[in-house]
Amino acid sequence: MLHETAIIAVAFAYLGILFAIAYYADERADAGRSVIASPYIYSLSLAVYATAWTFYGSVGRAASDGVGFLPIYIGPTLMIALWWVVMRKILRISKQNRITSLADFIASRYGKSALLGGLVTVIAVIGILPYISLQLKAVSNSFTILVQYPAIVMPGNAATLLIRQDTALWVALILAAFTIVFGTRHLDAAEHHQGMVAAIAFESLVKLLAFLAVGVFVTFGIYDGFGDLFGRVAAAPKLRAMLAPLEGAAGGYANWAWLTILSMMAIMFLPRQFQVAVIENLDEKHLNKAIWLFPLYMLAINVFVLPIAFGGLLRFPDGSVDADTFVLTLPMAEKHELLALLVFIGGLSAATGMVIVETIALSTMVCNDLVMPVLLRIRRLRLNERRDLTGLLLGIRRGAIVLILLLGYLYFKLAGEAYALVSIGLISFAAVAQFAPAMFGGIFWKGGTRTGALCGLLAGFAVWLYTLLLPALARSGWLPIGIVDDGPFGIELLRPLQLFGLTGLDEISHAMIWSMIANVGAYVIASLSVSPGADEHRQASLFVDVFRHSGEARGARFWRGTASVPDLYNLLARFLGTAAADAAFGQYANAKGLKWPDGQLVADAELVHYVEVQLAGAIGASSARIMVAAVVKEEALTLDEVREILDEASQVVAYSHRLEQKSRELETTSAELRAANERLTELDRLKDDFISTVTHELRTPLTSIRALSEILHDDPELDRRQRVKFLGIIIKESERSTRLINQVLDLAKIESGNAEWHSSELDLRELIEEAAAAVGPVIAEHRIALALRLPDRVPAITADRDRLMQVMLNLLSNAVKFCDREAGRITIALTRQPDALRIDVVDNGPGIRREDQELIFQKFRQVGDTLTEKPHGTGLGLPISRQIVQHFGGRLWVESGSGSGATFSFTMPLGSRTTGSVISAGDMNAAGVAP
Amino acid sequence: MTKTVLVADDEPNIVVSLEYLLERDGYSVKVARNGEEALAHIAQFHPDLILLDVMLPLRNGFEVCQKIRQTPEWQGIRIIMLTAKGRETEVSKGLALGADAYITKPFSTKELMAEVRRLLGDSG
Repeated sequence: MLHETAIIAVAFAYLGILFAIAYYADERADAGRSVIASPYIYSLSLAVYATAWTFYGSVGRAASDGVGFLPIYIGPTLMIALWWVVMRKILRISKQNRITSLADFIASRYGKSALLGGLVTVIAVIGILPYISLQLKAVSNSFTILVQYPAIVMPGNAATLLIRQDTALWVALILAAFTIVFGTRHLDAAEHHQGMVAAIAFESLVKLLAFLAVGVFVTFGIYDGFGDLFGRVAAAPKLRAMLAPLEGAAGGYANWAWLTILSMMAIMFLPRQFQVAVIENLDEKHLNKAIWLFPLYMLAINVFVLPIAFGGLLRFPDGSVDADTFVLTLPMAEKHELLALLVFIGGLSAATGMVIVETIALSTMVCNDLVMPVLLRIRRLRLNERRDLTGLLLGIRRGAIVLILLLGYLYFKLAGEAYALVSIGLISFAAVAQFAPAMFGGIFWKGGTRTGALCGLLAGFAVWLYTLLLPALARSGWLPIGIVDDGPFGIELLRPLQLFGLTGLDEISHAMIWSMIANVGAYVIASLSVSPGADEHRQASLFVDVFRHSGEARGARFWRGTASVPDLYNLLARFLGTAAADAAFGQYANAKGLKWPDGQLVADAELVHYVEVQLAGAIGASSARIMVAAVVKEEALTLDEVREILDEASQVVAYSHRLEQKSRELETTSAELRAANERLTELDRLKDDFISTVTHELRTPLTSIRALSEILHDDPELDRRQRVKFLGIIIKESERSTRLINQVLDLAKIESGNAEWHSSELDLRELIEEAAAAVGPVIAEHRIALALRLPDRVPAITADRDRLMQVMLNLLSNAVKFCDREAGRITIALTRQPDALRIDVVDNGPGIRREDQELIFQKFRQVGDTLTEKPHGTGLGLPISRQIVQHFGGRLWVESGSGSGATFSFTMPLGSRTTGSVISAGDMNAAGVAP
Repeated sequence: MTKTVLVADDEPNIVVSLEYLLERDGYSVKVARNGEEALAHIAQFHPDLILLDVMLPLRNGFEVCQKIRQTPEWQGIRIIMLTAKGRETEVSKGLALGADAYITKPFSTKELMAEVRRLLGDSG
């Protein structure tokens, strides 16, 4: 029954079932009703940790080391206990930052460094190649063995097989095709492959069942239970040693310890583990169940390892059968074909599960963190201008899958025969363990920097290469074995397996010690020596403090640049397709209470950050960074600039205060300026008026003078009477002009402060009497009664005598002009006030109307009977008098009632002060000419 | 027939000189000292020409000029405006209002009389 064709048919049928399951799960996922959103599925998917290595190799290890196989499974169980802290944090961080892979996580943490991402990818690929080749070896070997049923023959040297018959190559190619179909049907923004998860959960069940079946069969079928089995082992002297697990050199403890630690790292950092545990996780809460479900699975699948190993050792005591194959050969030996087939399928299941998930994870890393960053930087390709890049991305991933599998096959051909399965696997474990310092440091220590991670990874990887990979290649004949035995160039201290003389450890432990020392040492030292950039700070804070921050907007705090909504949308559409881009933008708009695509979105820092995060889900953080930076005109921020921004903010506030102040001051100043300007314009106008008035006043007498002079000149025969009359007028008008000119000049001088004042002590009594005497003739001529009311003594004042006389004469002449025609009466009174002397000049004329009382103090303004007579005088007397009086600190005013005379009064302060000339308000309206 | 000239000015001494000049040349002279009086005299005496001072009390020269030109039966009266203000705006205003001539003070007696004779169509 176990013909080659039958086996192949069954194998393909099984793969077909897997495919169907995956397809169904993907369809349900697209419809939004996921089948895998269950903690049980999640836990089962975690069991992808158990590969063909577990299936075949653990028995092999148990057969040689007894209980020594256990650390590989104790490690994960221990790690799970810590998961509550560690994994939860990693899950939270990954969800918030749309982490797509292990490389993405590390790159993202250390400032979205593309270099770091690339390095992690390279290490992962190189490190996992042995592991993949292990699966290929297992499948091809098991197939080869099964095909030769009922004979039990170990597979020969695979290198001698022809390509056509090279099962491993076929397996590799078939698996590549399968993986491509599973994992690269389309790009998912969150890198979820629900179909794949469903399939491997199913596979975990199958391999568990198969293993349990064999175990039960061996324990209870071949033998009579555990007791019987162990009893027989104890009875066989060669095997008794197996039962003492920690027998052996002190290195035994160390080996156990390192192995445990190693597998603890593995459960975290194997790319496939990271993929199913973190990336594919749909709900953080699934973790709660997984924490006890997974150890349970581990327990179940390991229960029968020892029994099967012992059973095999008992059954095939001569060592002709490879212990790795006991799981398969025991049923074969007992002629249980179906069981053997089941075991084969179980092994196939274990292997395919590993390969599929691992290659998908690796291809994602290769695409996002290795190839795309390089391509995006090659300007010639102008990738950021291409409309739709999903095709390119998928193409890169598919290519990567094929390449990885072929490389795995290659490794298998070149080096796979030299080691037992377990050892190969452990080499891979040691490789991914190099990620541990950067990862743990990344999530717990903000001081970890990019440079530190780079140095640590490089150092650890270098040591790994030297202490593990190099010996493996040497043992397979690809490198001179002398390097391993005697050290390079014969330097014993540098022997790869006994570096610096450290002996007594097995290879793995030895490699682990040195690589960890180098890795951690370089990481810590480099992190402390080189300061991180602003990006790193931000990312470090985001990662380490993930449970403290809430919301995604905080990533956008320090960002400066300009962007446009259409550009951002197109960018997202290019990588995720328009449907996904619309959905993303719609979600963002809804969160803001807006509608998409109604175009109310603002391309601010928050939106840019959101788009970048979405994009990172498809192409990784570093590539997303590059794409966003290309679309958006961004300004890189250094730490100093960040500080500057903060400073600026506080400065802006202070500055705006000052600005407000200044503008208020400006307002007041401009208001003042406006007022001053108005006053100046007014004064200018007045000056013009004054000048035109003076001009007019001068031209008038000049007209008569000229006209009459011409008449006299032209007519010498003019009769004498006329001639005398005309000459008289000429003389009078000349006098008039002179007076006017003098007074104008006088006033101008006083007003501008250029007048000369000759102050002296004088007695006002005397002055008044003198003035009265001066006008005496006129008084007499008009028969006016003049009365003087003067006190006997008055204090002397200091003033300009001539000017005061001018005032007195002006007032008196006015009084004379205006007092009553028939019975004119003028009184001059001098009274003493507390701090001044007051003089009143009273007349009994017609009085001055109220509205004219201020008018008369204005230049050129005269009142009188306008109907009949043009008043005599210049109209400047009173203004000048007022100026004079004010100059000495006094006041000049008039009191009058219509029809009852007028009293002109002025005061002269005692203890005289002189003030500068003041332009009084009354003089401001010197417009117009006397009516 | 003797032509009548009305002198409208409030400066007595200027009136004296104008009166003499006009009478010497054989014109009949009437005198008005303000705008109202001037209009009254026009109505009463129908002068052929009026020497009109701008700065007249009660109604200034411009108003009188405007009034004359608005009255149809006085269209024939010739108007010579006199002023001490010589600004161009005043001149154009006067001429725009219908004055036939505008003379600034102080004036040349010869020029003034020549203008009077010209406007009245007399030679001499």
